[in-house]
Amino acid sequence: MELTTLLYIALLGPLVGSLFAALFGATPKKTFVGIIASALLFAAMLASLTLLTHVITTGEVVRATLFDWINSGNFHLAFSFAVDEITAVMISVVTIVSTMVHIYSIGYMEHDSGFNRFFSYLSAFVFSMMVLVMSDNFLGLFIGWEGVGVCSYLLVGFWYHKRTASWAANEAFIMNRVADLGMLLGIFLIYWNLGTIQYDEVFANVAKLSVETTWWISVLLFIGAMGKSAQFPLHTWLADAMEGPTPVSALIHAATMVTAGVYLVVRSHDLYALVPEIGVFIASLGAFVALFAASMALVNNDLKRVIAYSTLSQLGYMFVAAGLGAYWVALFHLMTHAFFKAALFLGAGNVMHAMHDELDLRKMGGLYKVMKPTAIFMAIASVALAGIPPLAGYFSKDKILEVAFGDAHFLIYGVLLFTALLTAFYSFRLWMMAFHGESRWAKGLHPHEAHKFMLAVIAPLILLAIVSGFMFEDTYKALVSAELPMYMPHMDHSLVLMLAGMTVVLVLMSIGFAVYKYSRGGFSESLQETFIYKLLSNQYYIPLAYEKFLTIPYTRLSELAWKIDQKVVDAIVDFVATTVYKSGEASRNMQTGNLSSMLRLMTFGFILVLGLGLIGTQFGVLGLIVAASAIFLFFVMWFVFYQIKKNLEKAGA
Amino acid sequence: MIGVNHYLILAGILFVIGMIGVIRRKNLLMLFFATEIMLNAANIGFVAVGHYLGDYTGQMFAFFIIAIAASEVAVGLGLLILLYKRKNSIDLDVIQNMNG
Repeated sequence: MELTTLLYIALLGPLVGSLFAALFGATPKKTFVGIIASALLFAAMLASLTLLTHVITTGEVVRATLFDWINSGNFHLAFSFAVDEITAVMISVVTIVSTMVHIYSIGYMEHDSGFNRFFSYLSAFVFSMMVLVMSDNFLGLFIGWEGVGVCSYLLVGFWYHKRTASWAANEAFIMNRVADLGMLLGIFLIYWNLGTIQYDEVFANVAKLSVETTWWISVLLFIGAMGKSAQFPLHTWLADAMEGPTPVSALIHAATMVTAGVYLVVRSHDLYALVPEIGVFIASLGAFVALFAASMALVNNDLKRVIAYSTLSQLGYMFVAAGLGAYWVALFHLMTHAFFKAALFLGAGNVMHAMHDELDLRKMGGLYKVMKPTAIFMAIASVALAGIPPLAGYFSKDKILEVAFGDAHFLIYGVLLFTALLTAFYSFRLWMMAFHGESRWAKGLHPHEAHKFMLAVIAPLILLAIVSGFMFEDTYKALVSAELPMYMPHMDHSLVLMLAGMTVVLVLMSIGFAVYKYSRGGFSESLQETFIYKLLSNQYYIPLAYEKFLTIPYTRLSELAWKIDQKVVDAIVDFVATTVYKSGEASRNMQTGNLSSMLRLMTFGFILVLGLGLIGTQFGVLGLIVAASAIFLFFVMWFVFYQIKKNLEKAGA
Repeated sequence: MIGVNHYLILAGILFVIGMIGVIRRKNLLMLFFATEIMLNAANIGFVAVGHYLGDYTGQMFAFFIIAIAASEVAVGLGLLILLYKRKNSIDLDVIQNMNG
C-alpha cells in the first residue's frame, strides 16, 4: 500500500471514529459505536506498526501534505505530516495503548449513559495526539497540543454532574493554558528569529541563533512541556485529573498525553543540545519531581492517585534523561512506561469495577481471591515499574540512572536511586493493600472479575511490559540512532554491572520490605500523626497554598474588576444613553406640529447660521469655533435650567 | 442722490417686515402676503445690484422670481381654498394636527 495512505489511515482513522461516535452522542448506549471506534483505531494501529516497520527497514521518512494551510506574506505553512524515527515510535505506542484502552472501555463504560459520547471524546483525543506527534512543524504540534488539552478537559470532566470532576477538568485545562502561553511565545520566538517553524529548517539553523535567543526559546518551550507533563510547580492537576473515568487515566494521564512534554524536548533535541545548562536544570527538576511525587505516593490511600503520582515520578525520570542529553533513553523510558502504566491503570479500573467505584485502598484487601488475573497483571506491571530485570522498566530506568551516574551528577543519581526504592515500595504497598490480606470491603459488596475481553486487552500491554525491554532494545537503538544522538557516558562495563546489580538488589529489598510490612497489617496508626505523614498526605500543602495565594486573591481581583466595570465602564455607557434619551425627551416639545412656531424656529435657525457665517468671515475659523461653543453652551445651560425648573415644579406639585 | 445703498436698505427693511409677518401672523392669507413682501424685497435687491453693476442678470433673475412667485401663489391659494373648505378656517393654530 501507498505509504502516505498508511499515514492517513493512522492519522484520520481516529478522527472518523470520533465523528461517527459523535453522531450518536445524544442517543442511548449503542455497543456498535464502541466497536466501530475501536476497529478504526485498530486499523490505525496496524497502519502505524506498518509505518514503524517501514522506517525500521528502510530508514526513510514518510511525508504527506494534506493541504496548504497558511500563505501570508513570507509565511508559508502546509498542513503536513512526517513520520520519522521518533514519530514512528510515538505513533506505535499511542495507537497500541489507545486501541487496548478503547476495547477495554467497551466493557468499562457498559453501564454508563454517556457511552457514545465517551468514545467520541476518546477517539478525538487519539486524533489530536496523532496530529501532535506526526506534524512536521511547530504549529501543527501546537494544534495537536491544544487538541489533547481540550479532549483531556472533556474526559476528566466526563461526569460533569460531579462537582469535583468539573473542578478537576477546569484545573487541568487552566493550568495547561498557563503553560501553553510559554510554549506559544517560544514558537513565536522561533519564527521571529528563523522565519520558519518547519522542524527541518528550524533545527538545521538553530545553531546560528545567538546564545540568548536559544536560551529563551528552550526555556519557553520547556514551560509548555512542564504544563503538559505536569512538572513542578504545575503538577497539581495530574492527580486531580483522576476524577475522570479510569480508561482515560490510563490513556491520557499515564501513557500518552502527559508524555507530550517529553516528546517536545526529545523532538527539539538539537535546540536543547546547545544549552546544556538548561539541560541540567531540566534534569534537576526532573529528579526533584521524581522524588517529590514518589514521596506523595507513599502515603496516599487513593488507588488511582497513587498510580498518578507514580506517573508524575516516572515523567521526572524521563526529564532527567532528556535533560542530560540522553534523549534516546528518555524516549525509551516513555515507551516502556506507557505499556506498564497503562496496564496498571486498566488493572486499577478492574478493581474499581469490582469495588463499585470505591477507590480507598483501606477498604480493599483480599481481592486476590476473587480477581486473580487482574492481581497477577498488576503485580507484573508493578515489577516492571519497579525495574526488575528482565522486565521493561529495568532496561529504560536503569539507563537513566547510568546516565546520571556517568555524567557525574551524583546528587541526581542518588535522588533517582532513592526514588526507585520508593517506587518499588509504594507499588507493592498498593498491591498488598488491594489484593492481599483480609477483606475490608463494605458489607454486601461482592467483588467479581471483569469481563474476559477486558482482561484480554490488558494482556498485550503486560506482554509488552515484559518483553519490550530486552527484545526491542537493540531494534530501538538501531532505529533512533538515525535521528537522536546516542549519548551514553562511557563507563567501565564492570562498574555499570555493579551499579545495576546494586540497584536491583536495593529495589528487591524495598519490595520485600513492603510485602513483609503489609502482610502484617502495615504500619501503626501512630505514624499518621507525625508531621511528615501529614505533610505528604496533604501533598506538601501545595494545593492549599495555590488556593490561598492564587485562587482567592485572583477571585478578589476579579470581583474588584467587576466593580470597576460596573461603576466606570457601565456608568459611562449608561450616561451616554440617558443623556440622549433625556435630551430627546426635553426637545420633543419643540415638535408641536404648529406651523407658526415651526416658522419661528426656522427663522431663528436661519439667523443663527447667518450670524455664524458672518462671524466666520470676520474672525476666521477660531471665531467660528468660539461662537459655536458659546451657542452650544447656551443650549446646555438652557437645558439644565429647564430640567431644574421642571423638577422644582414637580416638587412644588 | 438716491444710490444703490438706499435700495438695499429698502430691500432689507422690506425683508424684515416680511419676516416679522411670517413669525407673528396666524392668518394663512397674511402669511402669503408676508412671503410676497420678502420675495419682492429680494427682487429690489437683485435689480438694484444688477443696475449698479451694469449687469442684466439681476433683472432677469427678478423676472424669474416674479414668475415663480405668481405660480406659487396660484398653487398656494388653491390649497388654501381647499383647506378652508375642510376646516372652515385659515387660522394656523386650527390646522395643527401633528403633535410631537
